[in-house]
Amino acid sequence: MLRYALKRLVSLLGALAVASVVVFAAIEVIPGDPAAYMLGLNAAPETVAALRAELGLDAGPIARYINWVTGMLQGDFGISYTYRTPVSEMVGDRLWISLPLALYALALSTIIAFPVGIWAASKRGTSVDIGIMGFTQLGVAIPNFWFAMILVVIFAINLRWFSAGGFPGWGGGLFPGLKALTLPAIALALPQASILSRVMRSALVDMLDQDFMRTARAKGLTQGQALRRHALRNAMIPVLTILGLQFSFLLAGAIIIENVFFLPGLGRLIFQAIAQRDLIVVESVVMILVFAVILVTFLVDLAYAAVDPRLRVH
Amino acid sequence: MKTLTFTAAMMLGASVAAAQQTELTLGLQLEPPHLDPTGAAAAAIDEVVYANVYEGLTRFAADGSVRPALAESWDISDDGMSYTFRLRSGVTFHDGAEFTAEDVKFSLERTTAEDSTNAQKALFEGIESVNAIDDTTVEITLTEPDGALLFNLAWGDAVIIDESDVETLKQAPVGTGPFKFSNWVQGDSIELVANDAYWGEPAKLTKATFKFISDPTAAFAALMAGDVDAFPVFPAPENLPQFDADPRFNVIVGSTEGETILSTNNQNGPLADKRVRQAIAHAIDRQAIIDGAMFGYGTPIGTHFAPHNPAYVDLTGLTPHDPEKAKALLAEAGFADGFTTTLKLPPPSYARRGGEIIAAQLRNVGIQTEISNLEWAQWLEQVFRGKDFGLTIVSHTEPMDIGIYARPDYYFQYDDPVVRAMMSGLASMSVPEDRTAVLQAVQRRISEEYVNGYLFQLAKTGVADVRIKGLWENSPTQANDLTEVYWEE
Repeated sequence: MLRYALKRLVSLLGALAVASVVVFAAIEVIPGDPAAYMLGLNAAPETVAALRAELGLDAGPIARYINWVTGMLQGDFGISYTYRTPVSEMVGDRLWISLPLALYALALSTIIAFPVGIWAASKRGTSVDIGIMGFTQLGVAIPNFWFAMILVVIFAINLRWFSAGGFPGWGGGLFPGLKALTLPAIALALPQASILSRVMRSALVDMLDQDFMRTARAKGLTQGQALRRHALRNAMIPVLTILGLQFSFLLAGAIIIENVFFLPGLGRLIFQAIAQRDLIVVESVVMILVFAVILVTFLVDLAYAAVDPRLRVH
Repeated sequence: MKTLTFTAAMMLGASVAAAQQTELTLGLQLEPPHLDPTGAAAAAIDEVVYANVYEGLTRFAADGSVRPALAESWDISDDGMSYTFRLRSGVTFHDGAEFTAEDVKFSLERTTAEDSTNAQKALFEGIESVNAIDDTTVEITLTEPDGALLFNLAWGDAVIIDESDVETLKQAPVGTGPFKFSNWVQGDSIELVANDAYWGEPAKLTKATFKFISDPTAAFAALMAGDVDAFPVFPAPENLPQFDADPRFNVIVGSTEGETILSTNNQNGPLADKRVRQAIAHAIDRQAIIDGAMFGYGTPIGTHFAPHNPAYVDLTGLTPHDPEKAKALLAEAGFADGFTTTLKLPPPSYARRGGEIIAAQLRNVGIQTEISNLEWAQWLEQVFRGKDFGLTIVSHTEPMDIGIYARPDYYFQYDDPVVRAMMSGLASMSVPEDRTAVLQAVQRRISEEYVNGYLFQLAKTGVADVRIKGLWENSPTQANDLTEVYWEE
């Protein structure tokens, strides 16, 4: 188990190092000068030059790369060009929205997908199964931003149960914060739940024809009991893979939903930063996300080993 | 930070209980990067803080006129080289510090300093010295007469700040205005509260919240759901008829300082030929662009000047839509078979939608355009700085910016000694009638030289709850002055 974990850890660090080079190089290639963006159409070239110097943009690319990486190793992600606040503070604030939102959506998606997937598998081939598969097909096909707008029209504009968006901050208590995240979390969870329940069902269905399932049935278990006691654990590998991917997607990829609900999350931070050429923010946030995704993959790898003892040996 | 949020939440709770309708939530499309108007050009900064948090010596009123603000009155020396301002007494900054002539001296000298990063530094370069004569008297000496000084001092970039606050202004602004900064939830909203110690007429609102919603659909939903009370510049003109028909809302249509032009690179191939530019001017159908791209909101212009300004000359008649004449002019210039040029479009919808329509109108007279859509940062790099373009569409939103035609290195590269002479003469004039005459002559000159394709004055289309009164209808500068705003009972 330890060797397995170490091997994973080494590839994790390698991936991070490669990512830092790719991210930095990609940002270097995009045209656009943050200083010119900030000063607008009337500014004289000397003023722009003065600001560039103030921001430390006049150093060469290699020097800036080294500065950036050594800073990050010490936990210093630099200072935003446009906002003039430390990037780590900005990311911290945004993470307090993106992370709860991702977890909320993931929890909803799991709560829906597990029973639905198990139910469909245990009723394989019946009208229940076909009905569920039809619904989940629809859930996968509906774009989440469209579903989000429908939710806004119904629950915010007509019923006025929720705000159309925005986030009051956690300072006002847990409930207002969770309430503000509810519609976005539902919008994010629906397609994820559909995918997850389909994966759950097909993984379980694959197990149904296995010898050990026939044995389990032969010793007197019902289809449902056999599924829950023997097939479920075996079906967890593909489900965990999908869960890991979904979490990464929800953390970094909720940008469209963040726009629809004007939530100040990580996705919108990157979006704004790219438009304003706030390069240091883009670089650092992308690196943090890369780190998060790699970390989740690492944890999923460890979880494989936990559910499947055979993997620990290799 | 935690305690700040907590206190703000407490205050929020308390004021809701005390009075229902003295709070206002305004929707804005862009969040300011920071709150120091002297350190960046972003209009979003002034949209929050101008006249609310910070004040300058002079200020713009709702009608665009220049009024006294922190300066009570002023005298101009006969040669126009020196301005003596008498400052208001008893004014304090939000942190309790007293406002004195030294603050004026500090603020203006910071603007013109060598290492200044003030986006409008160029406007104040004629200032030779600022002297604090006593606590309430300041004398500004110029290197040459500048009739626009009082106007320029009204810009948000020339507000007066206290030296001790310079380092923290960006996150926690401190000014002398009727509202104090209270809280900023980054990415979401900024809160201002009324300043009880304000020197002038106190604000009628007790709290103002600016909420940032960039997506037009989300903006629509936020108004409909009652999350915001007003959206002074509503991003989706196509939704305005729906608000207009709804008795809960008022649609406010006003004008801005934004001259929207088909900016033309005057040194680029065929476009360097005046006849070609004249042909383009005749090929353009302004009304079709206003209807197609702006849903009918906008005033046609024939020159680079705001129609609501008293000195405006209507020159739209000089270049009526006339494709035949355009073709004839092109033939005369040697382009009977037309030519191809680039049309580079920044993100706003006036440019993207307008660009398609203009491309079709130009194709109609034989000019082919290669359209490319650019982000702002790319546009600044390629078009504005690199001057690598044939045509572009952009709204020049700075007030009174006709002076850019006297800058041959400006991105459209119009080099005309006649305009330069007129503009440098203007600087030394302080008699309003003389200034008007010169400004009108410049307007005619650039129109007759067909420097750029003059399209329309950008409209300001806002939506507000019908019970809100006192919002600015026009936009003489990009600001939301909340001093006079109140809820009607």
